Amino acid sequence: MARTMAEKVWEEHVVRRADGEPDLLYIDLHLVHEVTSPQAFEGLRLAGRSVRRPDLTIATEDHNVPTQDLLAPIADPVSRKQVETLRKNCSDFGVRLHPMGDIEQGVVHVVGPQLGLTQPGMTIVCGDSHTSTHGAFGALAFGIGTSQVEHVLATQTLPMSPFKTMAVTVNGQLRPGVSAKDIILAVIAKIGTGGGQGYVIEYRGEAIEALSMEARMTVCNMSIEAGARAGMIAPDQTTFDYVRGRAHAPQGADFDAAVEYWKSLRTDEDAVFDAEVVLDADELSPFVTWGTNPGQGVPLDASVPDPASFEDPSARAAAEKALAYMDLRAGTPMREVRVDTVFLGSCTNGRIEDLRTAAEIIRGRKVAEGVRMLVVPGSMRVKEQANEEGLGKVFEEAGAEWREAGCSMCLGMNPDQLKPGERSASTSNRNFEGRQGRGGRTHLVSPQVAAATAVRGTLSSPADLAAR
Amino acid sequence: MEKFDVHTGRAVPLRASNVDTDQIIPAVYLKRVSRTGFEDGLFAEWRKSDPDFVLNRPEFQGASVLVAGPDFGTGSSREHAVWALQDYGFRAVLSSRFADIFRGNSLKGGLLTVLLPQEVIDRLWEAVEADPATEVTVDLVEREVRAPAANVREPFELDDYTRWRLLEGLDDIALTLRHTDDVAAFESTRKPWLPVTL
Repeated sequence: MARTMAEKVWEEHVVRRADGEPDLLYIDLHLVHEVTSPQAFEGLRLAGRSVRRPDLTIATEDHNVPTQDLLAPIADPVSRKQVETLRKNCSDFGVRLHPMGDIEQGVVHVVGPQLGLTQPGMTIVCGDSHTSTHGAFGALAFGIGTSQVEHVLATQTLPMSPFKTMAVTVNGQLRPGVSAKDIILAVIAKIGTGGGQGYVIEYRGEAIEALSMEARMTVCNMSIEAGARAGMIAPDQTTFDYVRGRAHAPQGADFDAAVEYWKSLRTDEDAVFDAEVVLDADELSPFVTWGTNPGQGVPLDASVPDPASFEDPSARAAAEKALAYMDLRAGTPMREVRVDTVFLGSCTNGRIEDLRTAAEIIRGRKVAEGVRMLVVPGSMRVKEQANEEGLGKVFEEAGAEWREAGCSMCLGMNPDQLKPGERSASTSNRNFEGRQGRGGRTHLVSPQVAAATAVRGTLSSPADLAAR
Repeated sequence: MEKFDVHTGRAVPLRASNVDTDQIIPAVYLKRVSRTGFEDGLFAEWRKSDPDFVLNRPEFQGASVLVAGPDFGTGSSREHAVWALQDYGFRAVLSSRFADIFRGNSLKGGLLTVLLPQEVIDRLWEAVEADPATEVTVDLVEREVRAPAANVREPFELDDYTRWRLLEGLDDIALTLRHTDDVAAFESTRKPWLPVTL
């Protein structure tokens, strides 16, 4: 029977199948960080269990870590305790850890692909909903809760009930200045924050195939914002070229054998998806959110919508509540919205290509008066590479703060937070109430829009900038 | 895990859609390394900033069934959201739509999340708002929600396996460890080039 890519990867990992029970799936890679793991390790200790496959497990410190003064102890005692707990757990259970100050430290979803640990056809989990990022390689990758983290640590498996499959086809070509971030924001606005519930999304079509590996990660990263636990893109030459030569990639003849296998993972021609969505890339423009969930977005050229324009009463009520929280008036052009802070970073847009794109726009310009711009690389490797390319200097000369790696202001668990009432343009993934700091207001944007907004002080695209 | 069979309690009407896990428990409360004591983080921002927020109202104190709007539990995978609801005293959450990861987490941890048609949720909201003493029964044995005062007697779906696990209060890990031989057999067939971290 013809199968989709998601179904093939699933089938390849079934350890046990029994009537009336979920399938028991094998997990090829388990990524661990400090926030969702302490109770899982504690559970192992209490039950006298060990980690079954420390060699398929890797940990990094990302959610809590400060992005400056790395050599000083973490000031917040509770954050410090959590990081120290991870260090002790990794040491006790034999798990490889990349702590603060290590060149391989960074946001867990940047670290995995960078080391070559993320490969097509694998099952990858992490106690973090943005694990969907790794699906960009044609892996089946999804976020799990702490009970499941403990389950994977103990057994290297997870009992899972099957997903449905959804094809999101993006035809045509992106116009200049429009990015992968705009694709995924447009997808979420189209299908809604619950549209993907129960599904694994496969992104396909000409515009997806044309994306770089890092841009594909941006798309898959936000699958969860559409309600889908996982998003996947078929592996192709772009994927193989990205994986080849990385520290944990297959070598020599193994690599060739792996590529042959990876090619077989593509969805069969006549496979049927449970749902299909089609977008035209030519019609997309830079997208920004106006509300408090990632589905509340519009093109930058548009205005803040009128809640009365929503037919569904629950969407109308949500829009009214969002505008009150965001302190926005219906009808205000998005371009007139002024921000205090620009955040460039996160597992969505904190990779080297994102920094290059933003730096190219910022180069020779200045961050607007009264605006704070934080540039937080996704990993220390990304920072190193950016410095080698002179990008760090570009950001600093423009007046931006060039920080160390971590999740930072994406969720404000470290000191990088918005103050009550402050407004940001952020390349991260969630504009929930208080997400970036209590009372903070978030507009999700692409790196291009973030950079242009930093220069003008209002939500802007690079096309709005005067010639240098 | 505590067993769940039949629970009867008063209910809290939460009239909001897309209640994400950052609202259920803000990130600042996730820094603890313990498994309990998360009740102070539950809806912390709304409880602090809005005196009329439903959990601040005296008539809903001690309620144990949360009747929520659609798309409850979206966003972050934090299981702390489930723990916060349980630590506060909730045994069940009723909604017309749940986010997948939250739903999975809740059913692992013994917080029963029940899918009901929005029309039934609406009726429960109205009944509970009219009389906060209204009792709601969540019956996992019969797979049914009953609230006579709201004229509700509604079946719900939950797969047999999950129901059995919750009724027995069984730990998933112990169940899987019975199949260690299958896991070992599978491991011997894995592709030789797959990466290792050590």
